[in-house]
Amino acid sequence: MTTPLLSIRGLRTTLATERGQVTVVDGVDLDVQPGEILGLVGESGSGKSMTLRSILRLIRAPGRVSGQVLWRGRDLVPLREAEMRAIRGREIGMIFQEPMTALNPVLSVGAQILENLVAHTDLGRSARQARAVELLDLVGISAPAQRVNDYPHQFSGGMRQRAMIAIALASNPTLLLADEPTTALDVTIQDQILKLLMHLRATLKMAVILVTHDLGVVAQSCDRVAVLYAGRVAEYGAVGPVFAAPHHAYTLGLLRSVPDARHARQPLRPIGGAPPAPDTVGERCAFMPRCAYATAACATARPPLVSLSDGRLSACVHWDQLEANEWAAV
Amino acid sequence: MLARLPGRLLQMIPTFVLIGIVVFVLIRLLPGDPAAALLGIHATPEALARINAQLGFNRPVWVQFLLFVGRLLHGDLGISVSERIPVTEVIARRLPVTLILVVMAAIFALILALPLAFVAALHQNRLTDVALRGIFQVGLSTPIFYIGLLMLGFLGARLHWFPVGGIGNGVVSGFYHLFLPALTLGIGLSAILMRSLRSTVIGVLRAEYVEFARAKGIAPWRVLTGHVLRNSLITTLTLFGLNVGTLLGNTVIVENVFAVPGIGGLLVEAIFGRDYPVVQGVTLVLAVMVSLVFLLTDIAESWLDPRLNG
Repeated sequence: MTTPLLSIRGLRTTLATERGQVTVVDGVDLDVQPGEILGLVGESGSGKSMTLRSILRLIRAPGRVSGQVLWRGRDLVPLREAEMRAIRGREIGMIFQEPMTALNPVLSVGAQILENLVAHTDLGRSARQARAVELLDLVGISAPAQRVNDYPHQFSGGMRQRAMIAIALASNPTLLLADEPTTALDVTIQDQILKLLMHLRATLKMAVILVTHDLGVVAQSCDRVAVLYAGRVAEYGAVGPVFAAPHHAYTLGLLRSVPDARHARQPLRPIGGAPPAPDTVGERCAFMPRCAYATAACATARPPLVSLSDGRLSACVHWDQLEANEWAAV
Repeated sequence: MLARLPGRLLQMIPTFVLIGIVVFVLIRLLPGDPAAALLGIHATPEALARINAQLGFNRPVWVQFLLFVGRLLHGDLGISVSERIPVTEVIARRLPVTLILVVMAAIFALILALPLAFVAALHQNRLTDVALRGIFQVGLSTPIFYIGLLMLGFLGARLHWFPVGGIGNGVVSGFYHLFLPALTLGIGLSAILMRSLRSTVIGVLRAEYVEFARAKGIAPWRVLTGHVLRNSLITTLTLFGLNVGTLLGNTVIVENVFAVPGIGGLLVEAIFGRDYPVVQGVTLVLAVMVSLVFLLTDIAESWLDPRLNG
């Protein structure tokens, strides 16, 4: 395996809320290889978005990020704000779920690309303008020279997401953090945006971390997947093998809960219960209360993420007892 | 917006007609009349009748109104009862002082409100924020004449830093004399603006587009000026426009406290002297000023917020 582009170890993020400090990312370990698309899946509140924000240290004080975020061998966690700003946008870009709220409504799309170029490149005024048009063209916006002066409200939903991608790509980042970029879009547009991301990954040799709660999106577009539960990675591995034979009871539950369009009127098979509130897990497997495979062994400690074959990782005590056949038969 | 400008200007005409009618009627509802005010203790029924006939106030009210409107359409506001010169001249002599006073007050209000609102918002619920809000709360709840008197008594009479009244001679002296009255007016407005701007800035700081801007790695001051300030200004501008009417109304008080010879003072003199034409003229001028400010804030808003241009 090559050296990872990004290597996260023991990432912990605490936020300050009215009820005190809450740990929302609780020891995440992840690797991202150059040029790969890593899917980050999990239920709401599992820490997916917070993991992305923590990588770029977009956590407001008094929230805190600790652990190790090795970016090309350099730890981002202890960096000063000014050093961090040279990475944000320049080396690691980020796009958000809802382009309507993530784009500034009173600035033209062009202006929002230009400020990125001003911050991170030495391009002159006209070169920046040309680059902005080129970026809009790259993300598939037609008549980019005219549209560059348009405002976000003059774009359709899918076009706005394309515009946001163009802004994030302005200074050629080597990693794009995509926080549910397709969730707010209808399926046909969703498909276009995913294809665009895959196309950009291939042409720009850029890695992507794609946060989503949609397993279909992961299957369609990701090389590897990390399943998050209660602020920690439950399972990690290449998408094909993980989906074919999950090695964590939670992953199995997630896959089973996906409705199958081939069989009409099948009852849904949700995972019973709800994910735990942050900081209420204690020293046991966080998924134990909802798990059909739980035994006393799950209650002794929070199971560590252990290496299995083929670069797969699992934090499930009973990973080898899961009835993969039962899943395959569904 | 500019395409809609002629329409907006036309819409102002009915406003002015209505204000004209209301002022015309209201001033005549006050007890007393111009003749009685002119003659004072020398008033005899014969003298009163003679003067009222001279000034044309003996005619039926509707005839007076038609004459008023007819003259108004020619840009003539009538003759001042007390000064015997055209009202337009009286106003032209005293309007510039008030205009300068109001503009200075607005600038003071913005200079105070903008940075302090940001400081308060960026230190939300910490000591700086609480202290600033407390101070502005006092400013908001203190009557404007009292703020004026405090300024006058302390900075003027006690410390002799500022003159206590009048407008002096020359430009520099004029600005110097108008400093305290403008500051008094500005403090009241800044308290309103600061409260609104602070909460808007807090809201905008949490907006996702601000986080996206931070994720682009641009400098914090650029995030503040390019994203937070501009987006917060839109609501504050609306509030500013709405409060310019109050600001103009307050000039009446402040000009009297500081003996500033502007149209606020003129209005008070005219009401006491039952100088009907001057009261009507000043009120109409104030109405025109407020309408123009509304128009200007609308134009500025549509410039700041492209969504308003549809």
